[in-house]
Amino acid sequence: MMREHQLVIIGAGPAGLAAALEAEKAGIEDIVLLERDEYLGGILQQCIHNGFGLDYFGEELTGPEYAERFIDDVRESSVKIRLKTMVLNISSDKKIIAINEEEGMIFLKAQAIILAMGCRERTREAIKIPGTRPAGILTAGTAQRFINIEGYLPGKEVVILGSGDIGLIMARRMALEGAKVKGVLEIMPYSSGLVRNKVQCLDDFGIPLKLQHTVDYIYGKQRLEAVDLIQVDDNFNRLPETRERIECDTLLLSVGLIPENELSRDMGLKLAPGSGGPLVNELRETEIPGVYACGNVLQVHDLVDYVSEEAEVAARGAANFIRDSLKKREKEIIIEPGSGINFVIPHKISYQDESRKLIRHFLRVDEPRENIKIVIRDEAGSRIASFGREIVTPGEMETVKLPETLISEGTDRLNFSIEAEGVEENGKQ
Amino acid sequence: MKAEYDVIIIGGGVVGTAIARELSRYQLKICLLEKDADVATGTSKANSGIIHAGYNAAKETLKSRLNIESNPQFDRIARDLKVPFQRIGSLVVAFAKEDISRLKKEKQVGLDKGITGLEILNQEELRQKEPEIHPEARAALLAPTAGIISPYLLTIAQAENAVKNGAEIRLKSEAVDIKCKSGAVSAVVTRDGSELNSRVMINAAGLYADEIAALVGENYEITPRKGEYNLFDKEYGDLVNHVIFPMPSEESKGILITPTVEGNLLLGPNSNPVEDKEDLAVTRDGLEEIWEGGRSLYPDLPADGVIASFAGLRASLPGDDFKIEALEEPVGFIDVAGIQSPGLSSAPAIATMVRDILADIAPALPEKLALREADFDPELKKLPSFQDYKERLNKWQDIFLQNPDYGEIICRCEHVTRGEIVAELKKEFTSATLNGIKRRTRAGGGRCQGGFCGPRIAEIIAEKLGISPLEVTKSGPGSEILWARVKDVKPDRDLVYGLGDNK
Amino acid sequence: MENNDINENTIVCVNCPRGCRVRVQSQNGEITNITGYQCDLGIDYAKEEFKNPTRILPTTVRVKGGELELVPVKTARPIPKSRIGEAMRELAGVKVQAPVKRGEVVVEDIAGTGIEVVATRSIALSQDQDNTGKKKETS
Ligand SMILES: Cc1cc2nc3c(=O)[nH]c(=O)nc-3n(C[C@H](O)[C@H](O)[C@H](O)COP(=O)(O)OP(=O)(O)OC[C@H]3O[C@@H](n4cnc5c(N)ncnc54)[C@H](O)[C@@H]3O)c2cc1C
Ligand SMILES: Cc1cc2nc3c(=O)[nH]c(=O)nc-3n(C[C@H](O)[C@H](O)[C@H](O)COP(=O)(O)OP(=O)(O)OC[C@H]3O[C@@H](n4cnc5c(N)ncnc54)[C@H](O)[C@@H]3O)c2cc1C
Ligand code: SF4
Repeated sequence: MMREHQLVIIGAGPAGLAAALEAEKAGIEDIVLLERDEYLGGILQQCIHNGFGLDYFGEELTGPEYAERFIDDVRESSVKIRLKTMVLNISSDKKIIAINEEEGMIFLKAQAIILAMGCRERTREAIKIPGTRPAGILTAGTAQRFINIEGYLPGKEVVILGSGDIGLIMARRMALEGAKVKGVLEIMPYSSGLVRNKVQCLDDFGIPLKLQHTVDYIYGKQRLEAVDLIQVDDNFNRLPETRERIECDTLLLSVGLIPENELSRDMGLKLAPGSGGPLVNELRETEIPGVYACGNVLQVHDLVDYVSEEAEVAARGAANFIRDSLKKREKEIIIEPGSGINFVIPHKISYQDESRKLIRHFLRVDEPRENIKIVIRDEAGSRIASFGREIVTPGEMETVKLPETLISEGTDRLNFSIEAEGVEENGKQ
Repeated sequence: MKAEYDVIIIGGGVVGTAIARELSRYQLKICLLEKDADVATGTSKANSGIIHAGYNAAKETLKSRLNIESNPQFDRIARDLKVPFQRIGSLVVAFAKEDISRLKKEKQVGLDKGITGLEILNQEELRQKEPEIHPEARAALLAPTAGIISPYLLTIAQAENAVKNGAEIRLKSEAVDIKCKSGAVSAVVTRDGSELNSRVMINAAGLYADEIAALVGENYEITPRKGEYNLFDKEYGDLVNHVIFPMPSEESKGILITPTVEGNLLLGPNSNPVEDKEDLAVTRDGLEEIWEGGRSLYPDLPADGVIASFAGLRASLPGDDFKIEALEEPVGFIDVAGIQSPGLSSAPAIATMVRDILADIAPALPEKLALREADFDPELKKLPSFQDYKERLNKWQDIFLQNPDYGEIICRCEHVTRGEIVAELKKEFTSATLNGIKRRTRAGGGRCQGGFCGPRIAEIIAEKLGISPLEVTKSGPGSEILWARVKDVKPDRDLVYGLGDNK
Repeated sequence: MENNDINENTIVCVNCPRGCRVRVQSQNGEITNITGYQCDLGIDYAKEEFKNPTRILPTTVRVKGGELELVPVKTARPIPKSRIGEAMRELAGVKVQAPVKRGEVVVEDIAGTGIEVVATRSIALSQDQDNTGKKKETS
């Protein structure tokens, strides 16, 4: 039996929640929200630290508080929620197969779909550490869930590999709960985490941050017993004389997040290099018309506020798609990341929309730089806009709002790049 | 505690369990001892999983004979035991001109020994079968009877079937001593001090067979030789269609590439002697070596497609052949040692050979032993597995309707339901560890390597065993995955530094 | 130790990604000079961090009879850094009764700071207990 719905949203993290609310606001009445976990809120429910919402709510919240503001509204709305429901497959003609313990197999068909499945963590294999395979090696996010939700401490003497925000936050979390955190290792010459997290999560607790260091070997037959640390040079060559053995029973890996691509890939969506998720236009519509993607499934965000915002963009797109009120541009504009930039979202601009004045772009730079400009050029190489920045880092997503009036009719390509400050400028800020 | 057995088998690898299953056809009291928390934790878990056709055993050896004898039996075994097995065929690939004549010789040796279907493929035929292979590959020897199997599922299934037919399996029971009485074996002592009486001891202890043999005064040495592997994501499982070997060297069959029955791609092994029989560490150099080997067969191997690396240890004896024989003294002791490659492929014939040896020595035992056939059920029932329903998901609904546990996905990567895990834990023979469950159901074996489902499976195991999740292990005592309950541990008062002044 | 030596502490400003290492010189606990900042935010931050470093403390406490074993909480206002260890020890002994509402006060005065600890998530009653709040035996 196949049930039909206007809009099906997959994943009830901040992206799915915000999308559901916005779609309802845009007049869509038949919305289904599918979530495999037993609660709404996604990854936010385990991010119990503060640091969320400054942008969106203008106040500093913890992850669960941020989530609950949306959850309360969704519960009051007409959105049909199904928890503990795992989506197994989506076909390119928008048929969805899911399973849960109440109904068993569920078959749905949707007019529009919003993908909001979030991301997953890279594991040890992604970085190939030699040695044994004992218990006690887990990703930082798993440890976070263990500690903050399930109520278990995975170990007592901890080394953390990776100094992104999750690694830093978990260093503090484990220290607070009574574990000994022996150090955080980072292979890059800089931490990709926020300065604030470095200070408040490591320095406060006297936890050393070892830059240009990595784990070289893992010891232990049953449970982890020790790891070898090693320093690397600027070309990531290991320096054998710096090898040092550290006893620990737990190794937390915080070595990167990747969009949860399984369903996207199975439905035949092209994945974009750089951002890692599906290719999308400015409405966050994928290559399959009527299928949208937002939040971490599209690009790994560091600020949830942007996730909510992006979800709203996708939801409005989906609502307009359902109502068939979208107008294509004559020519699609392809957005290219240029020098100094890893990726830009959206990957292209497809629609005409008189009501909007600005198109917001998210981008990640490839390394920290000071006093630069983010420059947008058209296919002829002429600069159409430029945005000054005092400092950019790969750990913090940049956004720029491009006024639509600056894009001339015939444009079919825009290139974003980083240029040094002080170069002659002819666009406007 | 005293127990009476006719036969005690030491070692729960593919060999020990094959013997247990074979002997459970007879009216015998059988006990298999395995030191670890599951069977198939030694060499039988980490190998290439290939059922060789047999041609590569060019010399007149026991292993060559047993391999060739066993190969045709695998269809039946796999069907009976519900073990995934595919006869995908193997290719030995030649690059140099000289190698082609070697292949021709190999082919002739194989045909003489009764291996069927051997065929030399020219470059074009090879390319047709393996489009992505190295462009300079010139020719190949095709052995269509070669196949792939899950070595640990085979071992587990043999164990289950033996138990079903009355054998007993004791996990976490390491044999530490063997007692003899008037020139015959009489009892095994295990690490926990139990003494188990038996008239026959079968030494199938893999890497440790020499240590078991030493307990009855035998003197030989088993040296471990390491083989390392990379396992690739399922996305790349169809890069190759056969088991692909390079030209073999004197010591080894070389670094091969093969699909696995689970649909992944496997690359390895190298072959390096090591000191320690527990040294299963993967080394940087080793991984580089197999990577080089892989690239010389398939230049486009995806470097970022690797989802796991592991190593296995070959148990080699001087002379490099199997040693399967009964001792004259003490009576009742049978060695099944030096079972290196192709031990997996030879297990069925090894088991029947051991049965024959047992029949031979039975009359000489202090108390007579007769091999009388028993009621034997060669089959295992297949439990519902969501994986098998991928193409007909609406049919899963029938299974769900019988038990809603089959609607709750526990492992998100491999799509394993609670029902499957619970059913596994209810079996007469199982291993209630995370690894035990992972191998039997695939739960926790996917891309996230148990990141999400690990705690959930731990809870199911804890509930089933009536223990705390803190006591659940990955692979037996000492491998607990959790340390404490949050809040039972308190941090120091002066946890936080007064003034951040860190460099 | 009080003496008339000039002390120098380095405080990393967290107000922007630049993370200036602001140097605070002091004598007898009084700031005498601040250098190393690149904007005024750095001065204010370093002063505050020198005189009275405080932090919001986000953590969890146990729940009785809830859908989850733990409820996330935080201090309603920043508490002095030096009280964090004590606060964690106190919170280890706290157990609240489900249901819990977000914002509900869990501890009135944590570690003698006079500051409340509040729940940051609502926790419903566990399903395996009846509505009288009595726990069904499950273990
Ligand atoms: C450890 C950590 C710390 C962070 N700290 C901060 C911070 O301090 N400040 C800040 O602003 N941001 C922070 N972030 C970022 C922010 O939390 C994330 O960007 C945001 O939660 C992403 O939202 P999402 O909805 O895209 O994904 P998620 O929150 O991951 O939600 C995805 C949901 O989809 C569900 N799902 C996935 N697949 C399926 C399926 N097949 N069927 C059904 N459901 C499915 C998942 O269960 C999940 O609930 C942090 C993130 C992490 C991981
Ligand atoms: C890298 C590699 C690749 C291979 N590839 C193939 C292949 O593709 N095809 C093929 O046919 N063969 C292959 N082999 C060979 C094959 O894996 C082995 O021959 C086979 O697994 C040996 O099984 P076993 O039961 O003798 O040993 P094991 O699997 O090692 O079993 C011995 C068991 O005895 C237990 N034990 C030891 N001491 C004691 C004690 N004191 N008390 C109780 N229990 C004890 C151990 O824990 C272990 O479980 C390969 C081997 C290696 C190393
Ligand atoms: S002092 Fe100013 S520039 Fe320096 S880190 Fe603080 S806010 Fe940034």
